[in-house]
Amino acid sequence: MKGKTFGGSQDYVASEELLSAVNIAMTLQKPLLLKGEPGTGKTMLARSIASSLHAPLYIWNIKSTTKAQDGLYVYDVVQRLYDSQFGGEGVDDIEKYVHLGQVGEAFESEERAVLLIDEIDKADLEFPNDLLWELDQMEFTIPQTGRTVKAKHRPVILITSNAEKELPDAFLRRCIFHYIEFPDEALMRRIIGVHYPDLEQNLLDQAIAAFYWVRGLPGLQKKPSTSELIDWIRALTFSGIPQEEILRQIPFAGVLLKKNEDLESLEKSKARRRF
Amino acid sequence: MFTDFFYYLRSQGLAVSLQEWLTLCEALDKGLAGASFTRFYGLCRAVLIKSEADYDKFDSAFIRYFRAIAEASEEIPPELMEWLNKPAVTPGNYDEEIARLNSLLTPEQIEEMLAQRLKEQKEEHNGGSYWVGTGGMSTFGNAGNSPTGIRVGGQSIHHRAFRVAGERRFRDFTGDTVLDTRQFQVALRRLRQYSAKTDAPKTELNPDATVDATCENGGTLKLVYERPRINTVKVLMLMDSGGSMDYYSGLCTALFQAVRKSNHFKDLKIYYFHNCVYSHLYTEPTCNPAKWVTTESVLNTLGRDYKVIFVGDAEMAPYELWGGQYAKRKSGLDWLLTIRDHFSHVVWLNPGTGDSYWGVCQTYDAIRHEFDMYTLTVKNLEKALKKLVSAR
Repeated sequence: MKGKTFGGSQDYVASEELLSAVNIAMTLQKPLLLKGEPGTGKTMLARSIASSLHAPLYIWNIKSTTKAQDGLYVYDVVQRLYDSQFGGEGVDDIEKYVHLGQVGEAFESEERAVLLIDEIDKADLEFPNDLLWELDQMEFTIPQTGRTVKAKHRPVILITSNAEKELPDAFLRRCIFHYIEFPDEALMRRIIGVHYPDLEQNLLDQAIAAFYWVRGLPGLQKKPSTSELIDWIRALTFSGIPQEEILRQIPFAGVLLKKNEDLESLEKSKARRRF
Repeated sequence: MFTDFFYYLRSQGLAVSLQEWLTLCEALDKGLAGASFTRFYGLCRAVLIKSEADYDKFDSAFIRYFRAIAEASEEIPPELMEWLNKPAVTPGNYDEEIARLNSLLTPEQIEEMLAQRLKEQKEEHNGGSYWVGTGGMSTFGNAGNSPTGIRVGGQSIHHRAFRVAGERRFRDFTGDTVLDTRQFQVALRRLRQYSAKTDAPKTELNPDATVDATCENGGTLKLVYERPRINTVKVLMLMDSGGSMDYYSGLCTALFQAVRKSNHFKDLKIYYFHNCVYSHLYTEPTCNPAKWVTTESVLNTLGRDYKVIFVGDAEMAPYELWGGQYAKRKSGLDWLLTIRDHFSHVVWLNPGTGDSYWGVCQTYDAIRHEFDMYTLTVKNLEKALKKLVSAR
C-alpha cells in the first residue's frame, strides 16, 4: 500500500490518530466509521481523502426515509409503466429502467473511488444491517435484470454518524472506528492557519482564547464548533474592531451561538467575569 | 501470550468479537502497527472498540495489561533515551549464536535483565550484545538485530501510548457518567412502540408497494395498505421541584428539555411536586398553588397505558413521606403507591445517589424499596426506558 497512504492535505488538518485510523481502514479495506461532535469535519475528511488520492468521490446522504437499496440501484417501475401504456420504445429492456445509486456507481467506477455514506444514523434502525453483505462482498445483484454489479476496485468507504441511533453490532464488527475529538488549541491553530494563512497573531490569540472560553461556559445547549469559529474570525477581520476588545466584548456572538438561551447565558457570564 | 489480551479485554466487559480480533491480527501481519507502541495502541482501539463510551474502559484495560512495559519505560533515564535516539551505527555484527540464545528468553527474563542493565549502565553503547544501545545484538535498545527484546527509545517511543492511554481523556464518555441534553435525547428515542408492530388496523396506503403490486399484476391496479408507523407511547412525567432538588437543577433541566424536545411521543404530560406527591400536582415548576390540579383528576384522565417517569431525589423529611402532623390525611407514601399501582409501567429516576451529608437518607431507602429506582446516568436511563416498554 506504499504511496497510497493518506497524510492530510493542504486544506484539511487532521490529528495523528485520525490519519492512522484512515490508513488502517484503507489497508484493511474496511469501512471507516467516524463519530464526533457536529462541526469536527467528518464530511470534509472524505473530500480531502478523495482529492489527495485523485479519486472520484461519491456522497450518499442518508435521510430518515432512505432505504438500503436506494444506494445500490433504483428500478424505475413507474416510468416503465408509463412507457408501456403510451407505447414508448424499449419497454422490454429492463436495464433501461435500472439506475445505479451512489454505492453502485462507486463499485462501477473505473478507478478506486471514495464513497461517503453520510449520517448513517439518520436512517431506520435496520438500515446498516441491510448493507452488510454489499459492503463485505463488494457486490450485489439486481434481480430484475440478473446483473451482478461487482466492485472493480474496492472503494475507500467512510461512514459518518452523529450517534442519534445505536448501530447494530454486526455492522460495527465490520468497521474500523474512530471518534473525532474536538480539536485542542494547537490543532485549532493549524486548522485556522489553513483557512486564514495571513491572520494577525494577536487577533488569532484573542479569538481562540474567547472561543474556548465560550465553549467552556456551563449549560450551553449547543457549543460552537470549528466551522463557527472560522466564520467568526471572518466577521472579526472585516469588522475592524480593536483586537484587544475581542476577548472582553465578544462581538458578533450570534455567529458562535445559535440559540437565544445560549446568548443570554453568555451575557450573564460576561457580566460575572473579572476581565 | 497475545491471545490472553483478547480474553483479558473480554473479561473487562469489552465485547470484542473474534472477527474483530482476526482483523487486528491481519492488521498486525500487514505491519500497520510498525514497531511503535503508540501505533499499536491506536490500531487496537480503532479495530476493537466501536464506541467512544468504551474508550475509557479500553484505556484502563490496556494500561493494566501492558503495565510491565509502561513501568519499564518510566525507568529509562533521559540521557539513555538520547543515546538511543541518535543516528545508529550499523555494524555487521549479527551473531547467530546470540540470536538463538536471545530467542529462548522469556519476556519476563528480558524485563529483569533490562532492569539490571539500567542500574549498571553509565555510558553510551552501540553495536554490542550486552548493554542497552542501538544496532546491537542485546535484547534492549533499538535498531537492533536480536530476534526478541524490548525496544528502548528510537522510533517507538512506547511510553507515549501509555501517556495517551494514561490521560484517560475519554472518561467523560463512559456510560456511567451523568449526561447532557443530547445524550438524554438519544436515550429517550428508545422509548417507543410502533403501532406497525402492534395490531392497529391497516389504514395507510403504501404507494411504493401499490405501484410494485400493480406492475406485477400486469398493470391492473392493486392497492396495498399498511399500518401507520407512529409511536404509541404516552408519557407522564412527574418531577420533584425546588428544595433539595435545586442541587440537581442543571441535570434535571437537561432531562426536561430532552423530554420536551422528543416529539415522538404520542402524548406527553408533565406535572411537578414538591418533595412528595400529595392530593395536588402542580403544572408549573415553581409549584404555584394557583396552578394546580388534583392528583385524583390526573389519575382519572390518564389511562393505565401511560408510561410514568418520576424524577426526584427521594430525599425529604420523614414526616413528609409517612405523615406525622398530617397523619389523618393520606400520607405521601400512600399517594406514591396509588400512582404506582394505577399505571402499568413506572420508573423512578434519581439524580442523586441517596447518600448525603447525613448518610443515606431514610426516605430514599423507603422509596427505592417500592419503586424501580435508577441513578440518572446514560446506562441507567437506557435500562429504565427499556423497563418502561417491556411487556408485563
